[in-house]
Amino acid sequence: MTDALSAMLATHDVILADGATGTNLFNMGLMSGDAPEMWNVEHPKKITALYKGAVDAGSDLFLTNTFGGNASRLKLHDAHRRVRELNRVSAELGREVADRAGRKVIVAASVGPTGEIMEPVGALSHALAVEMFHEQAEALKEGGADVLWLETISAPEEYRAAAEAFALAHMPWVGTMSFDTAGRTMMGVTSSAMTQMVEDLPNPPLAYGANCGVGASDLLRTVLGFTAQGGTRPVVAKGNAGIPKYVEGHIHYDGTPELMAEYAVMARNCGARVIGGCCGTTPEHLRHMRDALDSRPRGDRPDLEEIAARLGGFSSAADGTGDGEGAPTRERRGRRRRD
Amino acid sequence: MSDEDDIILSELDDDELVQQMFDDLYDGLKEEIEESVHILLDRGWVPYRILTEALVGGMKIVGDDFRDGILFVPEVLLAANAMKGGMFILKPLLAETGAPRVGKMVIGTVKGDIHDIGKNLVGMMMEGAGFEVVDLGINNDVDKYLGALESEKPDILGMSALLTTTMPYMKVVIDTLIEKGMREDYIVLVGGAPLNEEFGRAIGADAYCRDAAVAVETAKTWVARKHNRMSA
Repeated sequence: MTDALSAMLATHDVILADGATGTNLFNMGLMSGDAPEMWNVEHPKKITALYKGAVDAGSDLFLTNTFGGNASRLKLHDAHRRVRELNRVSAELGREVADRAGRKVIVAASVGPTGEIMEPVGALSHALAVEMFHEQAEALKEGGADVLWLETISAPEEYRAAAEAFALAHMPWVGTMSFDTAGRTMMGVTSSAMTQMVEDLPNPPLAYGANCGVGASDLLRTVLGFTAQGGTRPVVAKGNAGIPKYVEGHIHYDGTPELMAEYAVMARNCGARVIGGCCGTTPEHLRHMRDALDSRPRGDRPDLEEIAARLGGFSSAADGTGDGEGAPTRERRGRRRRD
Repeated sequence: MSDEDDIILSELDDDELVQQMFDDLYDGLKEEIEESVHILLDRGWVPYRILTEALVGGMKIVGDDFRDGILFVPEVLLAANAMKGGMFILKPLLAETGAPRVGKMVIGTVKGDIHDIGKNLVGMMMEGAGFEVVDLGINNDVDKYLGALESEKPDILGMSALLTTTMPYMKVVIDTLIEKGMREDYIVLVGGAPLNEEFGRAIGADAYCRDAAVAVETAKTWVARKHNRMSA
């Protein structure tokens, strides 16, 4: 049987994903420091409203409120023994919303990073990472998610561990990384390196791409890096609605709905097949993105100048493709003493 | 690479050895750094000179290349680990010899936030620059910060947050400091992926630090300013 996302990719030129989870829950009263995942059981109506907000705005796919739902992250809230419950319930709430939408809507189960650094640089072992991702994946599957959605990853080791866990859960998946440091992920992964890694996986994702990061312009520069390589695997673009600002006691993102509409059109022109927002993206932004994608024609692939002109400048000069930016080098005295 | 002539550290003269330590820090070679520190001690270098000229000098290069997007987190962690090896040898000796103190920092991730990669990097780079660092770990509420400020008497308070849901908590801490009349006693630096300069200003921090390298430079500037103010 074909999975729901593959089926939708076959019939849709472009899929509109959802916006922010944290930002929107904040607007509903989530307090700084609380675990959003607890709301799946404590305030299920608000989570349903969150999902419905995206669906009513025209999203074809939305993510569950399970980003921090792995044992490593829930440990902080002393909820690491509730991984199964919190994830299952969140996916169930999503399933209900999607099934009542009156059109095909995909429940994509969010899986965020463990927050730990993996071996050999850090302490988290591959085996333990796989175990934690697997635990979360099984619960999301049990709750009725259509596809698992790995996001905001910076280390290739963690991406691979999640891939292995998702294979154990026999679930189709999508995986995006966050490119926030001079065009690369925090751990130094370039867009081309990510493409290579994805294609080398024994169970590659249905789609891959970028989310969060520094803003719409940077995100599209990364998307251009993916699509420049001429692969056929669908690319995901989920960028933040501008830059966070502190206004009267809460966080406000400065990207307007109009800017995000422009971003969505540009993302399609860059070759992205799944387009959504990330932090700061509200249903209002999504409505504008939906309208723009439906009403405006596909245009030519933009260059960096056009992206900067329409969406604003880039946060760094390096584009993170690893090309033409002078390979990382440093004048050295001579030999390395060890490999 | 390893088939090339091995360098015998003890055969290098002082200048060459310090240059080699820069390379070894850059490559994250902990054992080599430890060996070199011992060699310099045997040659009569005072601990403070080894710290500032060899270790801090080498970490400055690492920090600059991190800032410039040439090195990334994994390389910096390895370099900091090598530095730590050297510091472990020097620390007791520095205390014995009454070496001057660069400054002291209390650092921690705010309540509700368990992310510590960036915070750890800042701590390591600050140590790399010769600062004494007291790490409160993750998920710190106001009381924990205040308790540490009172017991440790640092020059700097550093707060980190990776989530838009947790970053407003920094203002809670700063507002409490103001309330208790303690705000002016400390330099408050904030950092974390979703923050920016404007946010830092809005919540009343002294400075926002984009990355660990910037944090070190900012800390140095503010501590120097603070010392000037105190002696003025």
